[in-house]
Amino acid sequence: MTREEIVEAIKDIIATIAPDEDLSNLKHDVRLRDQIALDSMDFLDIVMELRKRYGVQVPEEDYKELATMDGCVNYLYPQLSTKQLKVGV
Amino acid sequence: MTREQKYYKGSLDGKAPLTHDPLKDVRARYDAIVIGSGLGGLTAANILARCGHKVAVLEQHYNYGGLATWFKRRGGHIFDVSLHGFPAGMKKTCRRYWNEAIAARIERLDSIRFDNPQFRLETIFTRDDFTRLLVEHFRIERARVETFYSELARMDFFSDSGETAGELFERHFPGRNDVHRLLMEPITYANGSTLSDPAISYGIVFSNFMSSGVYTFGGGTDWLIGEMKKELARSGVELFNRVEVEGILVENGQTRGVVANGREIACETVISNASLKSTVERLVGESHFSSAFAAGVKAVRLNNSSTQVYMGLAEGESIPFLTDLLFTSTRERFDSPSLCDLHGESRTFSFYYPKTRPGSTRTTIVSSMNAHWRDWAGMDEASYLANKARLEADTVTALERHVPGIRAKLTHIEAATPRTFEFYTQSPQGASFGTKFEGLRYSMELSKEVQGLYHAGSVGIIMSGWLGAANYGVITASKADGFLRSLEKVRS
Ligand SMILES: Cc1cc2nc3c(=O)[nH]c(=O)nc-3n(C[C@H](O)[C@H](O)[C@H](O)COP(=O)(O)OP(=O)(O)OC[C@H]3O[C@@H](n4cnc5c(N)ncnc54)[C@H](O)[C@@H]3O)c2cc1C
Repeated sequence: MTREEIVEAIKDIIATIAPDEDLSNLKHDVRLRDQIALDSMDFLDIVMELRKRYGVQVPEEDYKELATMDGCVNYLYPQLSTKQLKVGV
Repeated sequence: MTREQKYYKGSLDGKAPLTHDPLKDVRARYDAIVIGSGLGGLTAANILARCGHKVAVLEQHYNYGGLATWFKRRGGHIFDVSLHGFPAGMKKTCRRYWNEAIAARIERLDSIRFDNPQFRLETIFTRDDFTRLLVEHFRIERARVETFYSELARMDFFSDSGETAGELFERHFPGRNDVHRLLMEPITYANGSTLSDPAISYGIVFSNFMSSGVYTFGGGTDWLIGEMKKELARSGVELFNRVEVEGILVENGQTRGVVANGREIACETVISNASLKSTVERLVGESHFSSAFAAGVKAVRLNNSSTQVYMGLAEGESIPFLTDLLFTSTRERFDSPSLCDLHGESRTFSFYYPKTRPGSTRTTIVSSMNAHWRDWAGMDEASYLANKARLEADTVTALERHVPGIRAKLTHIEAATPRTFEFYTQSPQGASFGTKFEGLRYSMELSKEVQGLYHAGSVGIIMSGWLGAANYGVITASKADGFLRSLEKVRS
């Protein structure tokens, strides 16, 4: 995956978890929680979905790295760059 | 108590005798074994199975659901034990981790009433409605109420200031014992926390519970657990009842399996839905933990237990709608300890009109009080029975004040005590809501002490109640899934 595809991968996961949110104007450098309604269980679901779809492990102490879209991409790139994008699963 | 005694005591104690081997179809090994079928255990099992793991649930009772339970009595009565109300968040939790059919049955209570010497009022338990009451009824400045709400909303687990709930109330509403009562009493019934527990646990629960209404299941607890069993079957979870786990096997700091009804079953991970303290002290054994951890768990305080009185109306009888949930007290002022008094003057009434179970014509009323194990544990049989009878009589008398003439309509009255809760769930001291706040840390860190060992059950005040337990099941399942996947990676 490229960095752009990682953004797409994450948006696709968020869209299944928070189907009522508009993700088209997400700012990448602002906390996701400040832009869309995501509680801590939603966050956990994102982590579980990343694990399910891509085998990515995010230890609890690293959850804070996923606060913004930029943070997600930077943190996940080393693990996801060798994986294929899966959307709409 | 040995297993033989427990299962062969006959039907009076509610644990029917074993007539077959409940583990007849069990496999030799699973990816995950879940000990206990409370909402935490069942939800963890469902998520792990959906993640593709082979999961078994072992439950010592013949019913699944743990404290989320019900029972039937002659005359067509069905009593719900812990279906008094839960927060709005349960809808999302059920939709996501169970299914849409279950989520669709979650309905908001129409009315909640308070009746005590300080105030009589009705509310729907939303932020707007509480603000209205505080401003109009209690004459608190709106800005002050808003400040209180926004401080609570900012609280999270990582910002513990050490303040207690009592101090928090005193800071925002000094000298207003009536306001403290309004804000604290429902939470004390919901999770056993008191004015001396941390403000942070209060804040987290309040923001969930007293902001968007109180909810219930249309269909009753029996329907819910029935649907959950079907969903678990679809997910591939294997359920075993009447199976008591006697020990968790640990070798070289790793979970290896369990001993249940005297038989060894192997597994990579154990998720214990039993109480934190029994898991560490009885099922695993303290020797498998660092001494600091074991001492820490020993020092964790249990939450209080409960008493309940179940009252069933005769067939054909009904009462006019009064409210769904009634918080009553005859005490002049509010304080936390008196809510646990053996001869308490404060109790809740849950009214289950026929709407509770669509198609039914029956009404039941369940009264609950918080209670201490120590008050009931030492009674001899005669004084135990006398105290139960007194509790039943006092409760009906209290109910008469709110529902005149009710006594003549009741055909079944029965009490449960801390001993009852201990007997049915094996929860130490019959704890209704797990442990005090300090237990959470130990629950979350079990797997750092013993690889593959997890806990998903009421703990730390915030992870209790139907919603707390179910969500904690998901949190724990996610950790166990991460661990199981890392094992697969190592193997392949
Ligand atoms: C009287 C009362 C009223 C309540 N009312 C409400 C309410 O209105 N709303 C709300 O949200 N919450 C309420 N609660 C709290 C809520 O019911 C509990 O917090 C929640 O159901 C606990 O779920 P749990 O997952 O911790 O497991 P539990 O329900 O405690 O279940 C644990 C299970 O593990 C089993 N078990 C234990 N040890 C073993 C073993 N060694 N082997 C096999 N099985 C074992 C037990 O039999 C039990 O089935 C109430 C509680 C009580 C007591």
